[in-house]
Amino acid sequence: MMTPGSEAELAEAIAGASGPLCIQGGGTRGLAVEGEVLSTRGLSGVELYEPGALTLVVNAGTPVAEVEALLAAENQRLAFEPMDHRGLLGTGGEPTIGGMIAANVSGPRRIQTGAARDHLLGVRFVDGAGQVVKNGGRVMKNVTGYDLVKLMCGAHGTLGVLTEVSLKVLPRAEAAATVTLTGLDLPAAVRAMSAALGSPYDVTGAAYDAETYQAHIRVEGFRDSAAYRSAELVKLLSPFAMAEVLEDAESLWRGIRDVAAFQGRDGDVWRISVKPTDAVELVPHLEAEALQFDWGGGLIWALVPAGTELRNRINVPGHATLVRAAQETRARLGVFQPQPGPLTAVSEGLRRQFDPRGILNPGLMG
Amino acid sequence: MEMPSPNPAILARKTRLAERLLAVLPTDAVIQDEAETRAYECDALTAYRCPPLLAVLPRSTQEVSAVLRICHDEGVPVVPRGAGTSLAGGALPTADCVILGVARMNEVLETDFENRIIRVQTGRTNLSVSGAVEDEDFFYAPDPSSQLACAIAGNIAMNSGGAHCLKYGVTTNNLLGVTMVMMDGTVAEIGGAHLDAGGLDLLGVICGSEGQLGVVTEATLRILRKPEGARPVLIGYDSNEVAGACVSDIIKAGVLPVAIEFMDRPCIEACEAFAKAGYPMCEALLIIEVEGSEAEIDHQLGLITEIARSHNPVELREAGDADEAARIWLGRKSAFGAMGQINDYMCLDGTIPVSSLPFVLRRIGEMSKEFGLAVANVFHAGDGNMHPLILFDANKPGDLETCEAFGAEILKLCVEAGGCLTGEHGVGIEKRDLMLHQYSAADLEAQLKVKDVFDPKWLLNPAKVFPLKVTESRRAVALAAE
Repeated sequence: MMTPGSEAELAEAIAGASGPLCIQGGGTRGLAVEGEVLSTRGLSGVELYEPGALTLVVNAGTPVAEVEALLAAENQRLAFEPMDHRGLLGTGGEPTIGGMIAANVSGPRRIQTGAARDHLLGVRFVDGAGQVVKNGGRVMKNVTGYDLVKLMCGAHGTLGVLTEVSLKVLPRAEAAATVTLTGLDLPAAVRAMSAALGSPYDVTGAAYDAETYQAHIRVEGFRDSAAYRSAELVKLLSPFAMAEVLEDAESLWRGIRDVAAFQGRDGDVWRISVKPTDAVELVPHLEAEALQFDWGGGLIWALVPAGTELRNRINVPGHATLVRAAQETRARLGVFQPQPGPLTAVSEGLRRQFDPRGILNPGLMG
Repeated sequence: MEMPSPNPAILARKTRLAERLLAVLPTDAVIQDEAETRAYECDALTAYRCPPLLAVLPRSTQEVSAVLRICHDEGVPVVPRGAGTSLAGGALPTADCVILGVARMNEVLETDFENRIIRVQTGRTNLSVSGAVEDEDFFYAPDPSSQLACAIAGNIAMNSGGAHCLKYGVTTNNLLGVTMVMMDGTVAEIGGAHLDAGGLDLLGVICGSEGQLGVVTEATLRILRKPEGARPVLIGYDSNEVAGACVSDIIKAGVLPVAIEFMDRPCIEACEAFAKAGYPMCEALLIIEVEGSEAEIDHQLGLITEIARSHNPVELREAGDADEAARIWLGRKSAFGAMGQINDYMCLDGTIPVSSLPFVLRRIGEMSKEFGLAVANVFHAGDGNMHPLILFDANKPGDLETCEAFGAEILKLCVEAGGCLTGEHGVGIEKRDLMLHQYSAADLEAQLKVKDVFDPKWLLNPAKVFPLKVTESRRAVALAAE
């Protein structure tokens, strides 16, 4: 394992590599490819934090927990609510900022505030030839040149290894309230969540648990405002079901974020992204053992028997990622869904440009 | 501003090219008459003009694909054009190019309130996207000041912002999918009505690529339900430093207004003379708007005014009703008109870290004296996006050049302060030659490599964004292939 202590050392390590590299932050998502491990954990620490400008610049190997604690001290947070994969995957280690960005990890609040990529202002990375590149910066509005910032977010280290990222942070809400509707089937739950998300009440979470038949709808903000909006939502949603309001549901939302319902249960876990109302049409075809829904129904977590090829069953636009499975299944089915023809050509072209020797997490994204 | 000299071989083939285009487009969609191509000679950066070889106005993705396939085959550069409102020269033609205008593609293809999306052809104007959903109390959030005229195609090309992006983000944060035609005519579908497109974030890199990677013909956009209400407050201060500190304190207190606008004294004076909005004469004026129910607005404005008062404002005016709210916005919204009344002006667009605001404004004041040109500042203070307006006289020999030199110095200052050359207008030709102040050669090379993949022959809007010297060898390959 190589653990360079600076960006320059990391660039040297890549330039001097003679074979495939497995790029790793905390290693909590279990996506290791074959090759020598190149860890970013030696690149740790906060470079700049300006609470009044909502800006944070941090080295890629910094633990997410360290950043969250720093922000919490100023009553701020990473608004996109990144998932912690350790419970679901049974992995150890410490999630890093670089890993979180490389995988564009986002949670329930993604429907309101955007994904990790929407909060990423700038990156520094080392490409597959060992060249250091920067793109974007530390300001919120920046259209200077191409947005490689977005391209790097979600590239899973296949175009370059992140060394430093700039993030937009947001104020932490003073209060939250969760409206829970009980006894809904999926079609009714999606309709209720759509009604809530189409209301002026600024919903920051809309999830459905198909095992308890409960839909959860969250609002956040100043205390009186959260109380007002949750009360309005109860009225708005009364045609769907009786509602109850929970004021402190932090652990409920952490569970939704981390798919706690599937932790410790056998089987493969797939993550499917579709248009919310398409979930209703899709679900009967999935033949899943258990299902969880987030993002108003647009994010489906499916628990299926090990080795199942789920992608053949998807009959609506969208895509499916194999999040938890045996190595053999991953190799056979691929973690990420293949892209339509022209996009495959472009993606392959980009990988060739940024990693001409094909040594950065080879094969992970196609 | 230098542009590449036209390729004589292409100029000589005009008739053949027009014939080929007429074979795939209706007669009225191919514009070849010199008097008519003149309508496409510039965008809103009117100091630079050049009529194109031809202009085409296709009505469908298939027609766009047919046009691009022919131009690809003929080795002819293509400059895509939305509504032509770019302030950066993004749609400026060269004499040997085909202008591909999407203005006739302005249909709404689908509105879906349950899934909160709208799908439109990209020639549709920004404001009319909101117009298509306002009966259901929805809106499309990005709101560039040209929103009445500017097209979604241009918004995507430039990743346009607006006054309300502190809360709602810019175009890239509200774009879910596109249909894009690549230079060789290939039609690609990226993303869709689901929240995250699979694979690499190609949507992210296409948005803001200034029409250099493909021609986006259709877009799926996120629409939002309108808030219950909105109300502004106006706060005046004796110094830029104090106004800046006030903004920072408001954000630190956990309030997230939808807009924080900042105007300096020259701007206040000009706006007041023009619009008579009743602004106080002071060094710095803030207009801060919040949203929600009446009670929520009261609460947020209560917090904001408490912080504002702790900084001793010379004026603090809350809007009691819609009329007063409109008066508060009146001056700001007429800022550009007010400047146009006084003189010709050049509008810059650099972004700076909010904390360097006082320093940057002081330096701009000093530079204004050095260059002998007046400058007024309007500023999206929440996100650091500055709009210095430099006043000059287009009829006075040398004034435009002095103005451009002054503008370049301001943008370099933005970069030195930790910011960037452009926050929402794009690079176009205007800031092309400053790119090496923000990025190293290696940083730019990484961007060029992206274009190599999407447009290997470098035919799409090739003379924009990057310094001509930097792209010379790549553009030469296209010429040599002739």
